[in-house]
Amino acid sequence: MKITSQARPYVYGALSGLLLTASVGIAGQFFGTSTTFPRAATGVLQILGFDLSGWQFAQVRDGALTGIAFPNWQLLFVIGIGVGSFVAARITRTFKAESLPQMWVERFGDRKGKRIAYSIVGGVIAMIGARMAGGCPSGHGVSGVSQLGVSSLIALAMFFVGGVVTARILYRGGTA
Amino acid sequence: MTLVFGLVTGVFFGAFLQQAEAIRFERQVGAMRLIDMTIVKFMLTTIVVGSIGIYLLSDLGVVSFAPRSLSLGLQIVGGLLFGVGWAIIGYCPGTSIGALAEGRYHVVWPIIGMLLGGIVFALLYPAIQTYLAPIGAFGSVSVQSLLGISHWFVIAALAIGAFFLFRFFERKGL
Repeated sequence: MKITSQARPYVYGALSGLLLTASVGIAGQFFGTSTTFPRAATGVLQILGFDLSGWQFAQVRDGALTGIAFPNWQLLFVIGIGVGSFVAARITRTFKAESLPQMWVERFGDRKGKRIAYSIVGGVIAMIGARMAGGCPSGHGVSGVSQLGVSSLIALAMFFVGGVVTARILYRGGTA
Repeated sequence: MTLVFGLVTGVFFGAFLQQAEAIRFERQVGAMRLIDMTIVKFMLTTIVVGSIGIYLLSDLGVVSFAPRSLSLGLQIVGGLLFGVGWAIIGYCPGTSIGALAEGRYHVVWPIIGMLLGGIVFALLYPAIQTYLAPIGAFGSVSVQSLLGISHWFVIAALAIGAFFLFRFFERKGL
């Protein structure tokens, strides 16, 4: 079976829609990934011996937002994404070791330190935003909009508004 | 068993994302630069098929669900913030893991940033809940309850909108 490159996003998008339906029907679970990040990060702090019991965040639903919730469906889902991507990349020989994104290098050059600084700052902003909004492109975008939630439609629209404006500023005048 | 379902679902989703090339930096930033709509096609197709599927299950009485609570403060401010960070790092939380697994080792820095962001969010949590969450808070609101129409009309509108958007993308070669 050969899928043209033009059809790819539609075919795999439709399969993902069926997968979401199966997951909801069988396991009662909607897709989502971002909650796993604060859970993992607070979990690491707890393992390192930090006492988070005074944090209001750690008291919500007996610690459901922290590492105490592990292992749960979403953690395994996130790990699974890595496994599935790795296997698919290996089978189709599309695995490619890369030390900097091509498009980034074309615009900002190949200085590692610059990419690392932007990545850390951008990652912090992205995660604060995702958790504040109550989801990321999988939780709000795919799962939430599939449920026709007004909150998710607004969140998804804002993701793109923020993203398009920022990309416009970052890559102004660049070519790729 | 829940854990096994999580892993299996993730494996399929990761493979689909990888095969659609949706986890690549160039596809993600390309969408935000409005030059490559791969991830929009992937996402919208998933949403249209997924909404038909889960509302069928709901109509059959197999499942019940309610959309996430609406807070204009949280979704507008948080959504915009996420968008800013997303454009800078070129990955979202789910795709970052998939990208790492297909060899894009530079994504380790955004992942570290997002983990740190998780801790910063935890520290800001009380202030966010006190000051931002109550702004325009309406609880769980769906489009159909807001408009007072059947969910199938909303899904049909979504599907038709997606179709014309896809046709536009393909004509423009995006």
